[in-house]
Amino acid sequence: MSARERILAKLRKARPELPLRQPSLDAHYAPRARDESRQERLARFRTGIEGFHADVHISTADNWPQVLATLCAEKNIQTLMYGASTQAAPQLEGTPFGGTTLRPWAGRFEDIKTDLFHRVDAGFTLARGAIAETGSLILWPSGEEPRTLSLIPPIHFVLLDAATIHPTFYDALVGENWAGGLPTNALLISGPSKTADIQQTLAYGAHGPKELIVIVINVEGERA
Amino acid sequence: MSTPAQQSSGQPIAFVSAQALRARMHDAVNDPHLRQSFRGAMDFLMAKRAAQFPDQGELDSLRSLSESIRQYSLSRLPDLLEQLESNLTRNGVQVHWAETPEEANAIMLGIAQRHAAKLIVKGKSMVSEEIEFNHAMEAAGVGALESDMGEYIVQLAGEKPSHIIMPAIHQTKQQIAKLFAEHIPGVDYTDNVDALIQIGRRVLREKFEIADIGLSGVNFAVAETGTLCLVENEGNGRMCTTVPKVHIAITGIEKVVEKLEHVAPLFSILTRSATGQAVSTYFNMISGPRRGEDKDGPEEVHLVLLDNGRSQAYADEQLRKTLQCIRCGACMNHCPVYTRIGGHAYGTTYPGPIGKIVSPHMMGLEQTHLLPTASSLCGACGEVCPVKIPIPELLIRLRGEANSAPQANPAMVGQGAGYDPKISLLWKMWARLYARPATYRAFSWLATRFRALTPRQQSGWTAARTPLKPASRRLRDMVKDRR
Repeated sequence: MSARERILAKLRKARPELPLRQPSLDAHYAPRARDESRQERLARFRTGIEGFHADVHISTADNWPQVLATLCAEKNIQTLMYGASTQAAPQLEGTPFGGTTLRPWAGRFEDIKTDLFHRVDAGFTLARGAIAETGSLILWPSGEEPRTLSLIPPIHFVLLDAATIHPTFYDALVGENWAGGLPTNALLISGPSKTADIQQTLAYGAHGPKELIVIVINVEGERA
Repeated sequence: MSTPAQQSSGQPIAFVSAQALRARMHDAVNDPHLRQSFRGAMDFLMAKRAAQFPDQGELDSLRSLSESIRQYSLSRLPDLLEQLESNLTRNGVQVHWAETPEEANAIMLGIAQRHAAKLIVKGKSMVSEEIEFNHAMEAAGVGALESDMGEYIVQLAGEKPSHIIMPAIHQTKQQIAKLFAEHIPGVDYTDNVDALIQIGRRVLREKFEIADIGLSGVNFAVAETGTLCLVENEGNGRMCTTVPKVHIAITGIEKVVEKLEHVAPLFSILTRSATGQAVSTYFNMISGPRRGEDKDGPEEVHLVLLDNGRSQAYADEQLRKTLQCIRCGACMNHCPVYTRIGGHAYGTTYPGPIGKIVSPHMMGLEQTHLLPTASSLCGACGEVCPVKIPIPELLIRLRGEANSAPQANPAMVGQGAGYDPKISLLWKMWARLYARPATYRAFSWLATRFRALTPRQQSGWTAARTPLKPASRRLRDMVKDRR
């Protein structure tokens, strides 16, 4: 018998005759559902993620590339890498970026690994959505926007549409039926990388991005 | 007391003798710096957790839900493991099963050798500590480097983690500053925490870039989707599971849940109970190696499912509750014993209350029978447990297993290891005495009359206390006088 068979046999012998009842998640979440407007939800998300040391800039569908360009200039970013074929790419490419070079991701990770580690100052990705309760971004990396774009460069810019903010993680994964098909890697990101492993003292920029900057597209405008 | 030869499950884990355990605890209690470190850290973590649960009703509901999810998952464990395996396989993940630490290490060494790996970078994994992974790899000439900042510090110091969530909690920043200056070429002494972290970042980024394999643990494994979930703050977990060509995840067989939605409440209660964070910086859901249009991610992903005594706990309805654990560490943060002696004194991979109930299954009771006695049974661990493991009840149960006559329960490895026929007889006599009013009255009458004969040396009691002596008059007599 293999280890697999032996382990399963031991467990089978001991397992209860009938499985317990399916836990009811709705009984916990439904009574706690909030009746809130989109602006209130955005405000909750913002408070949450700012609490984790992320910067949030509210913008519009037309103006966000300018906001990004200004931030890149302020932070003296030489190279900003982005996914070449996303819906945001044409707008990005049509915006003057001054001293910042826009570099689309090209090829396989192995081809650009050294540059990602040493020559790319910032990565730009879209968020699939966000979670108001905890101030978390939802990212589903893909061939268009690989995983490392949000991981290796020291600064991570994220574009988020305020319409895609869910109240809770539970709402997001049930509402969008994530179980029906997940990408090879799905992520929740709540702030820049951090650690408190030395004497419980919080320090940012542990292994991932040192800065997380969220630009929010908000149909209600830039004052939210 | 036990001997190494009695090692029941034949694993290479540090041997815990009764003498060594007592000596370590004694030393720990007498180390004011250590006590200060732990007291400060535990107070900090308790306050942070409390701040995450301002609404008692929400906490109660979330704990009950989390308990029911874990119990439901365990009630279907063998089925869920098979479902997990088939969905992971469909996703392109290679699944391996190991009954013992040796088997797990051999599987992983085999993968490393097939890839001619020189360096494995590791995300935080307590299971890898449990199986002494680093030693096994180094013995075979493969480098294993910890990349979680706390684990990196502990590895540099040649120590083991003293806390399952905050491995270097026993070290002060000055000690870490010295460690870095001594061990990392070109680094001068600095006890500025930001500077220290940036040093760690620089050193470890070089390693992420060149490592052949990344190793990680697993917080939740989702059967219905074939997904491995990882909770972390630093980003090293993402590095280990994304940058190297091969990712190996290792987990205990108990970590599986059926549905993806089950992870939502468990993840929430985990981070809030562990470090008092509403959420961790990263929640990483991995459903396979690079495929299709993907441009990055590992080309191979492996999952090693480890038993190592978990099936023994599973076999008993009461002890099965041990496996509900989601490894948050709240029980140790709130434990008056852990706070005073720290994590190393226990001598086991998992310290504190959870360590006392899980280690006997991993190591056998010969080596661990004293652990369940290192508790005041105050109940704090059970009260804060996010999945409501009745830890004090399980400690009492394990004390019973350890001290009952050998062969009383052959299903439990090392059962009866603490059995002493003399003590057992004494307690039996005491029980009889107590159960019969007439005998008890006669005994107490005699005890008051012959109190002068009470011995001055009363074994362990008089080591630090004045001797016990019966009163000159019984309570019964005093009450009688009053009437």
